[in-house]
Amino acid sequence: MNASTSTATPTVTTAPVTTEPPAVRRPRAEVAPIPFTRVLGVELRKMFDTRSGFWLMASIVILSVVATGATIIFAPEADLDFESFASAIGIPMSVILPIIAILSVTGEWSQRTGLATFTMVPSRSRVIAAKWLLTVAVGVAGMAIALGVGALGNLIGSSIAGVDVVWNVSAREFAQIVLANSIGMLMGFTLGVLLRSSAAGIVGYFVYSLVLPGVSSALASNQQWWADHGAWFDLNMATYPLYDTALTSEQWAQLGVTAGIWLVLPMLVGLWAVLRSEVK
Amino acid sequence: MITIDALTKRYGGYTAVDHISFTAEAGRVTGFLGPNGAGKSTSMRVMVGLTEPTSGSATVLGRRFADLPNPGREVGVLLDASAQHAGRTGREILTLAARTIGMPKSRVSEMLDLVSLTEEEAGRRVRNYSLGMRQRLGIAAALIGDPEVLILDEPANGLDPAGIRWMRDLLRRFADDGGTVLLSSHLLHEIEVIADDIIVIGNGEIVAGGTKEELLATAGTLVRAEDSVALAAALTEAGITVHPSGSDALRAESDLAAVGRAAFAAGIPVTELRAADGAGLEEIFLELTAQTQREGVAA
Ligand SMILES: Nc1ncnc2c1ncn2[C@@H]1O[C@H](COP(=O)(O)OP(=O)(O)OP(=O)(O)O)[C@@H](O)[C@H]1O
Ligand SMILES: [Mg+2]
Repeated sequence: MNASTSTATPTVTTAPVTTEPPAVRRPRAEVAPIPFTRVLGVELRKMFDTRSGFWLMASIVILSVVATGATIIFAPEADLDFESFASAIGIPMSVILPIIAILSVTGEWSQRTGLATFTMVPSRSRVIAAKWLLTVAVGVAGMAIALGVGALGNLIGSSIAGVDVVWNVSAREFAQIVLANSIGMLMGFTLGVLLRSSAAGIVGYFVYSLVLPGVSSALASNQQWWADHGAWFDLNMATYPLYDTALTSEQWAQLGVTAGIWLVLPMLVGLWAVLRSEVK
Repeated sequence: MITIDALTKRYGGYTAVDHISFTAEAGRVTGFLGPNGAGKSTSMRVMVGLTEPTSGSATVLGRRFADLPNPGREVGVLLDASAQHAGRTGREILTLAARTIGMPKSRVSEMLDLVSLTEEEAGRRVRNYSLGMRQRLGIAAALIGDPEVLILDEPANGLDPAGIRWMRDLLRRFADDGGTVLLSSHLLHEIEVIADDIIVIGNGEIVAGGTKEELLATAGTLVRAEDSVALAAALTEAGITVHPSGSDALRAESDLAAVGRAAFAAGIPVTELRAADGAGLEEIFLELTAQTQREGVAA
């Protein structure tokens, strides 16, 4: 078995390759590859298994409860309808969901967990794909929970105020809000992959969501061409209609084109960089 | 088995790893020795696919690391024990590893036992771990997949003497079972007591490699006389190459008998004459890396 590997054996061989008979290796079964579902499961667990991760997720519920409470307390009776609750909750969601998305990617670099993650799963694109899917899933689930809290608030608020409960958000409107928030979340995710730094990703997201719309509308008020055609280039501009009307086919096309420019292209560049980058 | 073939890694104009080739055999502990910044960690990162080589290749068990179906089951890797999420508990980190590579949950407790981390310690967050506890956790994570190959970067870092002893025994057993162990260190003594084969790297290049015995054999003879200048002259006269060793001793590149005969012929009484093992390897290390050493050769 043990092929005289004792340090006392004076075997002299040609350097640097030793030519001792190799020791008999334990017989081993061929190992099965890691299934994608397992990568998904582990990545999901990683979103919850630290205090910061847990509270980030919990903040979806906490912030929707706070926003709902504030609406019950401060909204005038006439406005106590589901739409008020939904839009009050929408504001914190549009901040927290992209941050969750950004941190799910950048954590691998800022916390250096990528060293272990990418050693166990060398295919980095698989890990990123799992995180992307989970981001979408968490976003949709988070918004469903948030709107559930809002619905509860609508019931409670209306009964406290003694008014009739108004359900004025249709399934289509709800779906469009979910889509709009998912786009914001994926923008955060894309920035995370592209920048691989938590701080840069979050700053980048706020530049995208707070600074760029201002720049774009200033441009639109001076340049008629941009006012007419900006929605083909500006993802923010193309996303706005999701919050109120049913989209025309042109608006859907604009959404598709801008999503391609803002989400797909940078993602490809980011992925290319992630695959080549040194993890250390 | 790990095979490194003409591996080169450049960062811009700087060559961190320069055309290195070596093999770490199954059933043996291979020590990867070199001073700070020699390129050990860089080479190891290339081996596990975390860094793309500029040219050359590294294979583990005959395949590129990234081509192994489930690398954690075949190769245990510890590159940097501090590269963990500070907010996770030790147990959680092992649980994530076990899940990813598909090991049963019971394996986590087994590994904690193996590296002597208590239940209570395993429940603490890694931010509150001591250096040695992190290192133990890292070793546990490397072993959790019951691998055939171990790639460990400075595994003894931060371990207490008992821990170092324990690790040495563990690696010995692992290799005796037919496993391959590659461990790096910048401490010669550490490598000397564990390794069967030693690869010495300096400034990105391999400066020596072979079995420990070979390297010890080339260390030659240590000889000392009251008049070391005369002794050096006499030995050189006899065609023996000598190097100063320590303050007044000489290391002669020849065997005991030849050195003794030369000194006797010259009528120089020697005060010490022995095989230059142990200390010799240290000198080799300092000499081999002389050009690359930050402090130059110690006197
Ligand atoms: N990304 C990088 N860009 C530029 N230089 C780098 C980069 N990564 C490593 N180096 C350089 O490569 C050299 C080798 O570094 P490496 O970490 O491999 O050394 P080492 O042998 O592990 O040293 P130590 O014993 O101190 O751990 C160093 O000079 C280091 O500065
Ligand atoms: Mg190093």
